[in-house]
Amino acid sequence: MTDHRDLLILGGGLVGMTLALAAARRGISAHVVDRADASALTAPGFDGRASAISTASWNLFTNIGLADALEPFGCPIAAIAVTDQLRPGRIDFRPEPHEGTLGRMFENRRLRLALFEAARGEPLIAWHSRADVRRRHRTAHGVAVELAGGERLDAALMVAAEGRASPTRDEAGIAMARWDYRHRAIIAGLHHARPHEGVAWEIFYPQGPFALLPLRDTDDGAYRSALVWTVAERQAGAILKLADRAFRAEVEKRMGGLLGRVEAVEPRSSWKLGFHHAARLTDQRLALVGDAGHGIHPIAGQGLNLGLRDVGALVEVLEDGLRLGLEPGDAQLLRRYDRWRRLDVFSVALATDTLTRLFGVPGRLPSAVRRLGMAGVERMPALKTWFMDEARGVSGRLPRLLQD
Amino acid sequence: MSDATIPARTIRPDDAAHFGALAEDWWNPAGSSAMLHRLNPVRLAFIREAIDRHWHTGSADRRPLSGRSALDVGCGAGLLCEPLARLGAEVTGVDAAAENIAAAAVHADASGLAIRYLAGELGTLDVGRFDLVTALEVIEHTADKPAFLRAVCDSVAPDGLLIVSTPNRTAASALLLAGAAEWTGMIPRGTHRWRDFMTPDELKAMLAEQGLDVMQSSGIAFDPARGLHLSDSMALNFIVAARRPTGTCTLPTC
Repeated sequence: MTDHRDLLILGGGLVGMTLALAAARRGISAHVVDRADASALTAPGFDGRASAISTASWNLFTNIGLADALEPFGCPIAAIAVTDQLRPGRIDFRPEPHEGTLGRMFENRRLRLALFEAARGEPLIAWHSRADVRRRHRTAHGVAVELAGGERLDAALMVAAEGRASPTRDEAGIAMARWDYRHRAIIAGLHHARPHEGVAWEIFYPQGPFALLPLRDTDDGAYRSALVWTVAERQAGAILKLADRAFRAEVEKRMGGLLGRVEAVEPRSSWKLGFHHAARLTDQRLALVGDAGHGIHPIAGQGLNLGLRDVGALVEVLEDGLRLGLEPGDAQLLRRYDRWRRLDVFSVALATDTLTRLFGVPGRLPSAVRRLGMAGVERMPALKTWFMDEARGVSGRLPRLLQD
Repeated sequence: MSDATIPARTIRPDDAAHFGALAEDWWNPAGSSAMLHRLNPVRLAFIREAIDRHWHTGSADRRPLSGRSALDVGCGAGLLCEPLARLGAEVTGVDAAAENIAAAAVHADASGLAIRYLAGELGTLDVGRFDLVTALEVIEHTADKPAFLRAVCDSVAPDGLLIVSTPNRTAASALLLAGAAEWTGMIPRGTHRWRDFMTPDELKAMLAEQGLDVMQSSGIAFDPARGLHLSDSMALNFIVAARRPTGTCTLPTC
């Protein structure tokens, strides 16, 4: 007798794991298949990335019981400052005290640790790590994968959470719109002399955005921010190879003394930037979540938040369906998920893409236009509120799991 | 027309292939029953609410029909029987077309659900009485509505729940259900004859004659943005929940 479950989640990254946990909390069982070894994924220094967790995403973590474990590691974003090359005309998004923060910054590693810890105690999650999928089957009655070791896992619905190169999506023949920004994001933790006061900086240079995202102070009290520095593809290699001192000097030059001297740089990594968007998020007994369905420029820090909204929507659709006696692979449920998510994902993707292109145009006139635009946003409270709601992730029809 | 039970195991292999193909078409969400598939979550939402209200079951309970029996009249290939079985009911499905019943049995088998399927006219089958009886989008296809409804109501146990849905006889349904939807192929041609549709009042009166009280009713409407949905407007299609009061049963067997 095989262990037949509701979901067969391929990919155990942040989105796949959150899905497994959120589903389990609603009584929905899952197999999770991941190629990596769990202990390697959570080792210090494995992944220097950090994520902005919007208020809506934080609600999700709260609703699935992770908030207490995560709280000590998050750094609230008190304000977002957007400037064009540090010239006058910046936009400040700073909510009133009663409006709460604009989100929280977390190291991905911390999120992963909390998710693993919670999943360990959850009998509805069967975790298969260091597992390679050899074959996938999707039929009218169910789904299955055969693993390299010969094991077979059965379920009602397959979920592709493998990230942007999702082989499951490609095998399903789902068309992708994609373009390459020919840029890479260089990621590193910075220790700096002055406190960041919870401000996230988005500094737009013609070469690409340069972001400083506030992190918790280190254990020995150093002020710390996550650097997301977008550089042209052809320059990335050279910048990554710079000696620490030279790298610090380059970074300081672009920071314009905002946070004082850069005292130390944690290990650097770089990530290729591209835009990709699946024509549809479902197929027979298949749903795409997270980057398998859509990848956007990290300019506004919305990538993971979009993936977590996928999670909230999928769990809600499944939960509603199970209440009606429908099974998790039901085509009508998948249809609802597809329609619900496709619009939201596309509008956010379009907005970030426009932003990237708008700020990516070199020259003095475009720069003047941008500053004028920013001054306009600064003066119009309604528009500013809309931008802040977008950053918090609370606009649009939110899944129940992402509501207060 | 056969009166016999057709469990999957008694079907000959070449017939099984035929019924398998038939089931595949019925169950194909993009096939000729596409509208029925889209209607399914909508009517199930109404049924679920009626179940919770009638038996005081919690709305999060996954098996609110646990320990109860259910009958679906005009079950087709089991689009409603299977969800009812998953909600915990011991389900019987009846359909006049033996082909549908065979297709339904093949599909339930593959879904791992134990459902009793019977081919024939409800009135001649003597299936017994059930806690929940459903007859959705069926009555408009019957030749003798009062006789059909009598047979349906007779299968509702004391304190049982009956759900009936059918198109309304209005200008909107003439245009949309009997007209446009068939012309455009959204539902197969010849599915509906507008004159056979009944109004909510006519249905309510007929149910009252059989001693059943209508508890709730809702319209099922369509608009391009939301698709099919439960609505206050009964102009197109409507669904009602009725109960047989305890102790007032007029059946000789009560």
